[in-house]
Amino acid sequence: MIRIEGLNVRLSDFQLRDIHLAVEKNGFFALMGPTGAGKTVLLEAIAGLVPIQSGRICIGDREVTGLPPEKRGIGIVYQDHALFPHQTVWDNIRYGLHFHKVRHDDAVKRSERLIDLLQISHILNRLPAHLSGGEKQRVALARALMVAPEVLLLDEPLSALDPNFREEVRDSLKDLHKSSNTTFLMVTHDFSDALFLAERAAVINQGRIEQNGETMDVFRHPTSLFTAGFVGMKNVFPAMFEGARAVVGHLKIELSAPVEGPKRYLSVRPEDVVISRESASTNGCTPLKGEIKRVVDHGFYFSISVKTRGVIFQSLMPKSMFLDTDPRDWKEAYVHVRPSTLHMF
Amino acid sequence: MEKREPFFWLTISCGVIVMAFILLPLMDMVTAPSLSMLKETLKDRDVVRSIWLSMYTSGSAALISFVFGTPLAYLLARTHFRGKRWVESIIDLPIVIPHPVVGIAILSVAGRNHWIGQMLGDLGIRIMGSVTGIITVLTFVGLPFYINTVKAGFEGIPPRLEKVSRSLGASMSSTFFRITFPLAWRSMVIGLIMCMARAISEFGAVVIVAYHPMIAPVMIYERFEAYGLKYSQPVAVWLVLVCLCLFLALRILTLRRAREI
Repeated sequence: MIRIEGLNVRLSDFQLRDIHLAVEKNGFFALMGPTGAGKTVLLEAIAGLVPIQSGRICIGDREVTGLPPEKRGIGIVYQDHALFPHQTVWDNIRYGLHFHKVRHDDAVKRSERLIDLLQISHILNRLPAHLSGGEKQRVALARALMVAPEVLLLDEPLSALDPNFREEVRDSLKDLHKSSNTTFLMVTHDFSDALFLAERAAVINQGRIEQNGETMDVFRHPTSLFTAGFVGMKNVFPAMFEGARAVVGHLKIELSAPVEGPKRYLSVRPEDVVISRESASTNGCTPLKGEIKRVVDHGFYFSISVKTRGVIFQSLMPKSMFLDTDPRDWKEAYVHVRPSTLHMF
Repeated sequence: MEKREPFFWLTISCGVIVMAFILLPLMDMVTAPSLSMLKETLKDRDVVRSIWLSMYTSGSAALISFVFGTPLAYLLARTHFRGKRWVESIIDLPIVIPHPVVGIAILSVAGRNHWIGQMLGDLGIRIMGSVTGIITVLTFVGLPFYINTVKAGFEGIPPRLEKVSRSLGASMSSTFFRITFPLAWRSMVIGLIMCMARAISEFGAVVIVAYHPMIAPVMIYERFEAYGLKYSQPVAVWLVLVCLCLFLALRILTLRRAREI
């Protein structure tokens, strides 16, 4: 468990302001944000590696605010692995045991389990310089978990990896989390990693937490323009709301229920916008007629922009939906938006 | 074959000129004395003593730099503080001060009219004309070379390795001895070589603080003054040879280890 209350960190060129965060025991939490948002600083503040201005940090049931890093019961895995270059994989993994009182057979059992789970038994005698990116990251994970930390801090563990290693390490991370009694806190700028791994997530921007909640909820129901942009909510329109209807420019859109409280934006995820050639209504929504502005081929799917009454909708559709026809040849199209997929904030 | 531009030939010819400028005088000096003369010189007790004294004093200077300079180099490589630039400039001062001035400066602190000199005198430590004085001067001129080399070495080690080590339960000192030192010791050896090489070549500062006991450069100068070029050359050759052997051995040692890691 991690609990952070009113944390302020001031570095020469950067500030974290009034951070409150709670991660439940054995949870997997993703801290997301663009480069320079303060993710790594927050991580290092939890680890005790940067001085803090004010606030409290608790790990497990202990307050660790003033403790040095080695007394906090944390493990840390960096994007660039940070393996000790002068030690073999085996020595790297066992490094932490020099400083922890672990019974010999417990240590053996633990190392066997981790080596097996992370599939690194064939590289134990190698030096880090002779490993692939994926292997390095798995060794770094094994090294951190060898001392059974209460909390594992992961600093963009996947972003330096090639796509094929990336998936491999991502799966390993999921397995590790399931099989260890450790709270995982991962920093990432990639939303899909967070969606795959984390139950809960927070978005951080310019040193402040923008939104905090269940990962899926942050993904579908952003509460600010910044979060909406960050999670890939492409269709965000300033709107006026009249009961169960939203007015966007000259466009009137029916909602599934009357809007409560003051809202300023109407939004819908591009995956939830369906483009078709026919006007036939699907799922009870009224199709909106418009003209195709742009079609981009992304390999497995198309990104299509359709302008209807001055409003441009963006849609992401799998190519398999267009087997016999190419939307690039269309002039007109119909936009289908189900009222239940609309989100107001 | 591809036709080279004139600029390429300019770089090559400048390179050749520089090589010749460095190597010709040295080669000439090394080959000037005959073998029998070199042998003869080696029988001269004063010569052997002076070369030994040179090695001993400059080696001591390097060791003192190692003991006091390593923690400072680490501090400078890892921390940012106000006035760090000033500290770095002060460390570089001995490089830019003219050599005789260094000697005079040290004597003025160590003299009887200065409280430090009086204190040293009470402790029975003599700077003027003593081995202690020579080591003091050589440390003064060699220290910046050690600190700058080792600082660069520390800077080349990612701080993240130390952070990970701390997170795994190692204290600051355990981290230094298990992670930082094994990765930085090569730069320390190079720093020692740089510092010692600089110290061995010092003449101007030493000659002011201690003409006697005679270190090799002072001996070479004295032979030159008293008997001429022909009698100073063999001493010079022996000094150069001993230095070269020592530094080559250290270099080979460090390079071999480097390949293992």
